Amino acid sequence: MSQADSTLEGPVTGLTIGPAFSIPTKKLAMWLFIIADTMTFAACLVAYGFLRNGSADWPRPFHSITNVAAMTLILLTSSLTMLVGLRAARAGDKAAAFRWTMITAAAGIIFAMLHVREWLGLIGEGMTLFKNPWGTGLFGASFFSITGLHLTHVTGGVIALVVVGVRYKGGRYNADDIEVLGLYWHFVDLVWMFVVPLVYLLNLAH
Amino acid sequence: MTTAEERKSNGIGKDLGIYACLLVLAGLQFVIAYQKIGASQMFGRMLTVACVEAGLAALYFMHLWTEKRGFLLFVAIFTIAVLLGLQFGWTDSTRMVVGAPFSK
Repeated sequence: MSQADSTLEGPVTGLTIGPAFSIPTKKLAMWLFIIADTMTFAACLVAYGFLRNGSADWPRPFHSITNVAAMTLILLTSSLTMLVGLRAARAGDKAAAFRWTMITAAAGIIFAMLHVREWLGLIGEGMTLFKNPWGTGLFGASFFSITGLHLTHVTGGVIALVVVGVRYKGGRYNADDIEVLGLYWHFVDLVWMFVVPLVYLLNLAH
Repeated sequence: MTTAEERKSNGIGKDLGIYACLLVLAGLQFVIAYQKIGASQMFGRMLTVACVEAGLAALYFMHLWTEKRGFLLFVAIFTIAVLLGLQFGWTDSTRMVVGAPFSK
């Protein structure tokens, strides 16, 4: 190897080989997306808190915690089933990994259905984006925005779970793809941990 | 992925343990919701529990704990810094209540 080669290859090799933080590119991309999405949800929740704090007649329309408790249980359990699916994928058990991924997707669908049922109940009581029978109209806008954004994430996650699960079963994707998708699904669960107390539990009618 | 071997050594028992902790913490939030305390106190307690839940989920369910320490610090510092930066408006929010007409 000439001196020119060594001076060229040395630094260039050091710069190009090895992804940032020694994390595979897909996983790093998902983490960066999650960080960005955290900002989106945080901005929505802070704006919600700002409005709630600044409104004298903020409504407290929730009389029961049954529905939101069931939704929380289902979403938390779906995170566990996602982990079991990943564990199966890592062990090379394709059938079990596919099965658990589909169970996770099914839990996501049940969560979404409960969410829609709750929305329809509130709409039936006269709540819209701009007005409600209980107090400031800002409540509807902030409630539907935050829960709608979360529901959109759940819906997207369910679609991704089905697509990735099927492609994994078909051999086009591997366990790494299940892991990357799992990161997203756990993030959706993590966001719900903040939405429940701030949007639901602080607005319980006592 | 890079930390698969590390995770393989941990059984499903750990995942179940974290899941149980998260369920208990979620239940605690519901208990707090029915306590006879002020709204700000309730908000503080619920947010604390939510932060613990989020930390557990990020560290163990999302395997952040087994990633490189540099990456863990990057995620934690970057996220917390921006979240803190979002808090600039609270004093103005309180002024809205006190200084009508904005709150009407």
